Amino acid sequence: MSFDATYHDQIYKSVGTRPVRPDGVDKVTGRARYGADFNMPGQLVGRILRSPHAHARIVSIDTARAEALKGVKAVVTAADLPDLSDGDQSHYDLLDNCMARTKAFYDGHAVAAVAAIDAQTARKALKLIEVDYEVLPHVVDVDEAVQPSAPVLHDTIFTGGVEPKPTTPSNVAARAEFGHGDVDAGFEDADFIVERSFKTEQTHQGYIEPHACVASVNPDGTAELWVCTQGHFVYRQKCAELLGMDVSKLRVTSSEIGGGFGGKTHVWMEPVALALSRKAGRPVKLVMSRDEVFRASGPTSATSVDVKIGARQDGRITAASAELRYSCGPYADIWAELGAMTSFACYDLENVNTVGYEVLVNRPKTAAYRAPSAPMAAFAVESAIDELAQKLGIDPVAFRIKNAAREGTRSSYGPVYGPIGIGPTLEAAQTHAHMQAPLGPNQGRGMACGFWFNFGGQTCTDLNVNSDGTVTLAVGTVDVGGARASLSLVAAEELGIPYETVKTVVADTATLGYNDMTDGSRGTFSSSMATISSARNAIEVMRNRAALMWDISIEDVVWEDGQAKAIGSTHDNLAPLSIKEIAEASGKTGGPIAGHSEMVADGAGVSFATHICDVEVDPETGGTKILRYTVIQDAGKAVHPDYVEGQYQGGAAQGIGWALNEEYVYGQDGRLQNPGFLDYRIPVCSDLPMIDTQILEIPNPNHPYGVRGVGETSIVPPLAAIANAVSNAVGVRMTHIPMSPPRILAALDAQPTA
Amino acid sequence: MSGIAVSTTINGDEVEYLCQAEETLLDVLRDRLGLTGAKEGCGTGDCGACSVILDGRLVCSCLVLGAEAQGARVETIEGMAQGDTLHPLQTKFLEHAALQCGVCTPGFLMAAKALLDANPDPTEEEIRFGLAGNLCRCTGYDKIVRAVQDAAREMNGG
Amino acid sequence: MQYERPGTLQDASRLLVETQGTAFILAGGTDLLVRSKSDDFEADLVVDIKSVDGLEDVRETAAGFTIGAAVSCAELGAHAELKAAWPGVVEAANLIGSAQIQSRCTIAGNLCNASPAADSVPALVAAGARAVVTGPDGTRTIPVEDVPVAPGETSLGKAEIIAAIELDKRPPRSGDAYLRFIPRTEMDIAVVGAGVNLTLDEAGTVKSARVALGAVAPTVVLVDEAADAIVGTKLEDAALEKLAELCSAACRPIDDKRGTVDFRKKVAGVLARRAARIAYDRAGGA
Repeated sequence: MSFDATYHDQIYKSVGTRPVRPDGVDKVTGRARYGADFNMPGQLVGRILRSPHAHARIVSIDTARAEALKGVKAVVTAADLPDLSDGDQSHYDLLDNCMARTKAFYDGHAVAAVAAIDAQTARKALKLIEVDYEVLPHVVDVDEAVQPSAPVLHDTIFTGGVEPKPTTPSNVAARAEFGHGDVDAGFEDADFIVERSFKTEQTHQGYIEPHACVASVNPDGTAELWVCTQGHFVYRQKCAELLGMDVSKLRVTSSEIGGGFGGKTHVWMEPVALALSRKAGRPVKLVMSRDEVFRASGPTSATSVDVKIGARQDGRITAASAELRYSCGPYADIWAELGAMTSFACYDLENVNTVGYEVLVNRPKTAAYRAPSAPMAAFAVESAIDELAQKLGIDPVAFRIKNAAREGTRSSYGPVYGPIGIGPTLEAAQTHAHMQAPLGPNQGRGMACGFWFNFGGQTCTDLNVNSDGTVTLAVGTVDVGGARASLSLVAAEELGIPYETVKTVVADTATLGYNDMTDGSRGTFSSSMATISSARNAIEVMRNRAALMWDISIEDVVWEDGQAKAIGSTHDNLAPLSIKEIAEASGKTGGPIAGHSEMVADGAGVSFATHICDVEVDPETGGTKILRYTVIQDAGKAVHPDYVEGQYQGGAAQGIGWALNEEYVYGQDGRLQNPGFLDYRIPVCSDLPMIDTQILEIPNPNHPYGVRGVGETSIVPPLAAIANAVSNAVGVRMTHIPMSPPRILAALDAQPTA
Repeated sequence: MSGIAVSTTINGDEVEYLCQAEETLLDVLRDRLGLTGAKEGCGTGDCGACSVILDGRLVCSCLVLGAEAQGARVETIEGMAQGDTLHPLQTKFLEHAALQCGVCTPGFLMAAKALLDANPDPTEEEIRFGLAGNLCRCTGYDKIVRAVQDAAREMNGG
Repeated sequence: MQYERPGTLQDASRLLVETQGTAFILAGGTDLLVRSKSDDFEADLVVDIKSVDGLEDVRETAAGFTIGAAVSCAELGAHAELKAAWPGVVEAANLIGSAQIQSRCTIAGNLCNASPAADSVPALVAAGARAVVTGPDGTRTIPVEDVPVAPGETSLGKAEIIAAIELDKRPPRSGDAYLRFIPRTEMDIAVVGAGVNLTLDEAGTVKSARVALGAVAPTVVLVDEAADAIVGTKLEDAALEKLAELCSAACRPIDDKRGTVDFRKKVAGVLARRAARIAYDRAGGA
């Protein structure tokens, strides 16, 4: 059935309300089951042995003593995970990251794994595995890694995207360029130019639930995997490919997920758990420690960015350029490319050019982290924009409004924008009470803008109308923060029935068609679109059933307020049939009633936000306190406003941690110094004020309700907003994130005294 | 391997178990007693996801040995609701959407309960410092603090 | 690993004497259990001293206070008399970790863990506190600054246990204070800590003072010259500046994940100055 996804304005009954989420009681009573809360009969405990070296050739691994230990049921190394990549580099890289094949590329890189009858035996077995390493020179810093003198991670990688093709291997895996116009001419036109370099350190998503799974491979080759993931269909696909299994034989169930933020979009140890189970012939539970989470899963890129922006005295930007170097860990990816695409996306620019370089370093494989790559680029660009506004003597909000992208603007990364929210969020900031609030000594205010693409992608839902007229909605996008409530609201809205009668569940991979994972702010956007489509299909079925029950033509049946109504002068004496009545009769009118939908949810509307932040800096210690924080963001349509606000607040809080204190600290030996929540300092409750939110609703024309993704954009502006606030408070431009107290104090001390 | 025999009280019920000396109270709750409401977020007392109340005091169960619970009273998230009646904190967490992923929620609820037991009418600052041992990465704490404020108001009669 | 919970100090000491392997004393466990999570950690015996008779309370005597080794820092914070007499010591003890940690951690454990950054130690040293150490050869009382000798190392013998921490009764017009710098507002290890304890004469002039710094050297630093710089003053700006300078100069810090040498030196002076001011106010100085 064709589906019309275009936006139509309407009065909502369910969408926009704030009911309690369907999975809520389980979560406040401790009953909700997360990755580590599941057990299988006969289950073994898995553990992974990890490299203590940042860069080392694996000369040999002797597992004999570990295998001989009583209670050890399996030991696996790369030899148990044969290379089935067949020239597919990303497949090979994924496999190599799960279990190092020839070299350990970072402190924490998996080199072997055991499955044993209990944790103590597994711990002993790890110590009995003998790995002979040839330690190699390493490089962890993104700027050092691009130097010709740096140790090269792979002698097979030559920088891609440059002509002619280089002849010497390099840690720069690829170059990507975006933009339009003539920036040289644009800079010629400028009355003022700001040109600066910025750095950001590597941060981790910091989800509270470590990676955890239970894998069970049967002798017939069928297998089950229980796992905390943002995308169980993707995990199924990747695990099946890496292990050479038929996709149909692997059933993956997503547990409740204790945070992901992009970090649970990649397989890390799940293929290893399956390999252990396959070898041991028993289920294996594998749970990462916090130390392993930091050392071996998902950090974002460390970056180094050069920005140049020029403007005329009238406040119009004439040209903008940026060169961005993003660390990828040991494997090539598109992190700098995303940074280069997002850098200037907020602005309407005649001349713009960005170049991104993917840099390989001896750190864990970079993973997506909420609007991946955008916050660092925004930090550099929005800092330079602020400085330029100061040079021009123009209010920073007014300066941005003057140059903001709008409908019809050709974006810096190519596409032409439809209706977008950058202008409205800026105008809302300009008139927000926060902007007028007084500031005290050592206090400063900053603001900044942010952009994220938002994704749509492959989506599939099943909507079943039960025999009592209640509805079960099965979706395939993992619920990371309240999506089941939002999708129940959407189903209730479309069907015209109460929210309480809809129960949304996340189906496993055996019971629903393929879904892309919950990333790119797509969960609610795409699954709500598919839910609307499913509901419309179910309504068609129910109109048919009502027509049958009445023995009239389906053309004379309409669906309104959760019931079938007969129209036309010959039928208007018929009392409406409720969903309950139709469902109760379904056994006699054609069987179960369901609506199904499969689609590629196109048209995720781009997303913009503006943040305002007040800080106070102690000039004697460099300590920074966040005094006030306001998030203004376009949601398209807020389906469940509580969870939209929650996304705004959560992204801001992560950005505050990144801006002030969070960073990976490596020692001279290339080992991570702070793999724990004690010294990797995510914000605690007493660090933050209330985070005020303002939801704008500029409908996405490509979604029936106008919904846009909201999950990621909120982490894009904070680095810059806080850097601008700190810079305004102390009178020194801060160019290195995080602005930890030692960095702020050093910057202050470097100033000539008045 | 011989285990250590421990008699204790968990959520009002007398419980006996055998555990190894190395096992933490968290290990015992989760792996021996099936009480998986307390979560292991770090194992080092830095995240509070494993919070339980031991003899009236809030502790990280990952930093208590299973053997140390001998003769003690342990309260976990599984005992917070009375029958099918949720504790006001549980209700307010739901009403205020004070959870997103929810993995930190059991720890926050135990910490908030301990806080309100000791200080029924806390200021926002007291709430924030009282809950500083519990990490939440999803919410930015805003709705959690509001839920605790609202629960305190309700528990104080208005 | 063997777990024992003796009822007397003698039994505890005997267990430690008799063991052939690696033994640890367990009080609050907030350091020991963290260490035990490391795959490198091996222990043959853990002696839990929380059931040992006489270690479970704070006793006020004519001479001052005796704080049992099993008393949690949360209990110290709830002890009104101790808090009134030694607010700096109690605030330092209460800065260790979260509410969860406070329920378990002890100042004797904080001392024995011998971390250069221990929060309660500079305050205890400034306060002139003593550790009551019992072992197979009897009991001895030593200044707390003699306990840690290097990061993670103490001067205690194999079977010795700190049974209590003693604090003197306060003369009139006395005050103490402890401040630390951490990047967050909670849950961090001190990057720098400063404890100041002083007594004024009737005119409000500092009669005696002790200044101790944490996290700026392998062990706590008692800065006599900084204390001397404020004795005989009313903490005028010049005296405070001198105090700060001497504290900064006394630091022998390292660059690490928590801070830099320059940062620690500078902030040590800042915190000492601020702590002195608070102690002075608490002593009733104008």
